[in-house]
Amino acid sequence: MRYETERTRRRGHADTATDTLARGLGLFSIALGIAEVAAPRALARALGMRGQEGLIAGYGLREIATGIGILASKDPTPWIWGRVAGDGLDLATLATALEGRNPKKSNIGIAMAAVAGVTALDVYCAQTLSRESPRPLPPMQDYSGRTGFPRGVERSRGAASDFEAPRDFRTPEAMRPYTQPERPRHPQPSM
Amino acid sequence: MKALVWHGTTDIRCDSVPDPGIEHPRDAIIKVTSCAICGSDLHLYDHFMPGMKSGDIMGHETMGEVVEVGAEAKGTLKVGDRVVIPFTIICGQCDQCRRGNFSVCERTNRNGEMAAKAFGHSTAGLFGYTHLTGGYAGGQAEYLRVPFADATHIKVPDGIPDEKLLFLSDIFPTGWQAAVQCDIEPTDTVAIWGAGPVGQMAIRSAILLGARQVVAIDRIPERLAMAKAGGAITINFDEESVVERLNELTGGKGPEKCIDAVGMEAHAAGTVDAMYDRVKQATMMETDRPHVLREMAYVCRPAGTLSVPGVYGGLLDKIPFGAIMNKGLTIRTGQTHVNRWTDDLLRRIEEGQIDPSFVITHTVGLEQGPEMYKIFRDKQDGCIKVVLKP
Repeated sequence: MRYETERTRRRGHADTATDTLARGLGLFSIALGIAEVAAPRALARALGMRGQEGLIAGYGLREIATGIGILASKDPTPWIWGRVAGDGLDLATLATALEGRNPKKSNIGIAMAAVAGVTALDVYCAQTLSRESPRPLPPMQDYSGRTGFPRGVERSRGAASDFEAPRDFRTPEAMRPYTQPERPRHPQPSM
Repeated sequence: MKALVWHGTTDIRCDSVPDPGIEHPRDAIIKVTSCAICGSDLHLYDHFMPGMKSGDIMGHETMGEVVEVGAEAKGTLKVGDRVVIPFTIICGQCDQCRRGNFSVCERTNRNGEMAAKAFGHSTAGLFGYTHLTGGYAGGQAEYLRVPFADATHIKVPDGIPDEKLLFLSDIFPTGWQAAVQCDIEPTDTVAIWGAGPVGQMAIRSAILLGARQVVAIDRIPERLAMAKAGGAITINFDEESVVERLNELTGGKGPEKCIDAVGMEAHAAGTVDAMYDRVKQATMMETDRPHVLREMAYVCRPAGTLSVPGVYGGLLDKIPFGAIMNKGLTIRTGQTHVNRWTDDLLRRIEEGQIDPSFVITHTVGLEQGPEMYKIFRDKQDGCIKVVLKP
């Protein structure tokens, strides 16, 4: 989630729906990327772009990296804008395949329509995330007086020393000297 | 009656449902006076735990007044008794209950075969916590049916407000058991990951049990402030390296005792393993995000103890078992054996050693529960602990 630190607090209220959309786009990015890396030949054949298998696989790696960035970052905004840029690159590349006598022009048209749809989602998501910044959150609650100890912290330290840990919860005797070097209950083993 | 009902991922509603009734002679019905939303309820809210069904009533931190008692529970309970209900349902008679291992009671999980398929063996029935643990209705409601009520209760005296007693149901004994599992020595540094409600209770428990130094690790400013108020040194993991700071606080040796009060939904953006977990979880190749377990295993002093009250649900990846084995670490974990500790903890509340109500940040009516789930999950409005008043 975003907005969880002092720094991100200043950004404004969390928008869970947009965060969910961003994560969905991240997952889509990874799935598309895996398909492009795993089957560049099949994609090139379907789009009439033989000879550009390396480019398709490269775009696949870009998609995977962007998807990981979206899912793993605290603030996915720059990564979503990165997707928008990638969409532009995809559309431009597909447009070049419309030239000449490509027998798969209809597939190119379908692919461009799909990319355009995803681009619209990417732009909406990126703009919404970018707009969220200005409103500050209410001031922090003050919990500095909530000790939980009616007698104060220092008077409470060790107040439960009368508690005896049950046998099955005790540290094995053989391991105690290592945690209490000042007062070993057994001689330290010699080297 | 009104109750908070799970309908799906992030969909909890305050619905009208039929009142519960006695179904077995060992049952009792209580009128709920206070209940709370637990951090582990968020695992259900976000649907990270399998086994929920639409219509399940939420809640496992409940207290109230007995209004009806089954024939076989009349020896120990009567109408009018004031009781806190532990989140674990216990029979009090099986081999595990007789040993005090109440959270693995052998008889109360009526869907024990489902749990056995997932975990190898059945664990105890729990209130409002999936059908893997019995599918029992929870206590975020006006009334609660308590199965095995002759054993599953903590009688509490009049004259102490609900707010001081309610957390005997779960988070106080859970934090306490986490600290007890560490068998704290006066020379120990106890590092606690997660300063949510269980972490806060673990901090107070470690102080009461005499730890030399308690360190709380989180990134929510309000939680860190509350941890500091309870006597902890705080580390904001967004702003500094946890490993470096812990080593600095312990002369480079690491904390002797480490407590994971986070569990399966660790947030640690920016680390390589956190990115790995996010991707694996998002692509359904891993159920939990065990960043805290990895960090604890790495930073804990050799021959130290890892205590894990944080809830994990399934399969965890890239656990550094080499570090655990070669450093000779002890791992202690488990759901809380609530009734094993509550007599002692009730006495400490009565004597004024501790007042667990410090953790309550929001008190609202039951009908505001769905909204509070979201606020609690998103850590908005300084929310650390929500108490509901039906």
